[in-house]
Amino acid sequence: MRREFLGSKPAPGRSLGLLRMAFLLGMACLLWGGDVLAEYGDIVINNYSDKAGMRPAIFPHWFHRIRFRCKVCHADLGFKFKAGGNEINMLKIIDGQFCGGCHNGEVAWSVENCDICHSGKPNTPTQVHGNTIQKLVK
Amino acid sequence: MKRVSLIALALVVVLTGFGVAVAVEAAQAQAKSADAAKPAESAAAKPAEPAPAAPKAAAVNTFNRLMIPRADRNPPPMKDGIHDPEGPGTSMLQPPLDAFSVMPKSNAGNNINWVQAIKDKAINPRYDRLNPNEAPMVLDLDIVREVKGFMPDVVYPHDRHTEWLDCSNCHPDIFIPEKGKNVISMAQILMGQKCGVCHGKVAFPVSECRLCHSKKKDQPKSASTGK
Ligand code: HEC
Ligand code: HEC
Ligand code: HEC
Repeated sequence: MRREFLGSKPAPGRSLGLLRMAFLLGMACLLWGGDVLAEYGDIVINNYSDKAGMRPAIFPHWFHRIRFRCKVCHADLGFKFKAGGNEINMLKIIDGQFCGGCHNGEVAWSVENCDICHSGKPNTPTQVHGNTIQKLVK
Repeated sequence: MKRVSLIALALVVVLTGFGVAVAVEAAQAQAKSADAAKPAESAAAKPAEPAPAAPKAAAVNTFNRLMIPRADRNPPPMKDGIHDPEGPGTSMLQPPLDAFSVMPKSNAGNNINWVQAIKDKAINPRYDRLNPNEAPMVLDLDIVREVKGFMPDVVYPHDRHTEWLDCSNCHPDIFIPEKGKNVISMAQILMGQKCGVCHGKVAFPVSECRLCHSKKKDQPKSASTGK
């Protein structure tokens, strides 16, 4: 039974079998999911907010991808695929970059609604909520 | 109320049938209707052991201890653990389930099948920031990758990706656009590289093995087909 599970041909070395078991265990952890509750893909951006006395900004992917395809942000507006990796600050936003490409009072409500973006629990680190590594490490 | 005491009555009948006397305190307290309460009282007249405390046992020995109960998935921002309930903006945010109610379901990630949502026209996300009518450039090309181990081969469908993304999102930084030039392992994907740049972050997570490992090994081989 166990042999079959690890592969019907005799494995070249025991380490390969162990590796597979470790891999399967890792996958099992992913399937269990743990106690992650916030929406998958929610991004907390907190490079500067805590230090500036603001709540961290939270960007909800699920909300935005109902309205825009990935291409609009990740190709046209130039958001890199890295939480916290775009060094976003308010000056850039007011100048129409990043969130400011839309939160400008034309495409979407404007920057004066500070608390709608800055809605995170203080001291929440920059992260993609529910990501693979977060689940594996926990 | 009446229904509760009737259910309690039925329970009493069954239990006394087994020769066990049961105290039905809850039923007594709730029984307002006299004719429903009377038989319950007579059954409780000679109590022996108290009824087993079902809810207490259930709390520790829940079924599926490690799974998030369906009712707790996609919680509103006020209760999701990363939004600050004290923040003045938090209550203005849309609860995910309000939006998701009209969308096709899945069992992982946001519990939404996003690809199907576009196909079904349940949503119509813009491809351009300003022009709502601009249509995506969809490339219909499946890439089949033969897998060494026991898992079925992987089919990478360009069409479902180009519905959402631009070629420049992947080529050439994540994937070199040339057959045989890319080494991809599950370890890399789990660590957030290659497919794992998006899958496991925003696109459906790696727990959904069979969405990618979808081609049986004994099917006729074809390196890359136009479908
Ligand atoms: C569209 C969303 C959005 C709105 C609206 C918004 N911010 Fe921000 N803000 C951000 C993001 C994203 C960052 C980067 C967060 C980080 O890395 O900590 C940020 C960073 C900041 C920072 C730290 C960096 C800097 O530029 O000094 C301050 C302070 C700040 N915001 C204040 C405000 C104030 C005050 C308002 C209301 C007038 C506001 N923000 C409105 C998204 C927003
Ligand atoms: C409305 C804009 C917007 C749209 C649409 C959008 N994203 Fe993002 N995405 C962001 C922002 C903002 C970040 C965080 C960048 C930062 O923190 O500097 C991000 C980060 C990411 C990351 C990086 C996560 C990490 O590893 O740190 C991935 C992957 C990602 N997005 C994938 C997608 C995919 C896939 C889609 C389409 C289904 C999509 N995004 C649609 C704005 C968007
Ligand atoms: C491509 C355009 C676009 C970009 C870029 C963008 N947003 Fe938005 N955002 C929108 C639109 C459109 C809405 C919805 C406005 C409405 O109708 O309420 C919105 C709404 C929101 C909401 C409120 C969601 C709710 O529950 O109502 C938050 C929070 C938000 N954006 C944060 C951000 C942050 C933070 C960034 C930058 C990291 C950002 N957005 C970048 C278009 C964008």
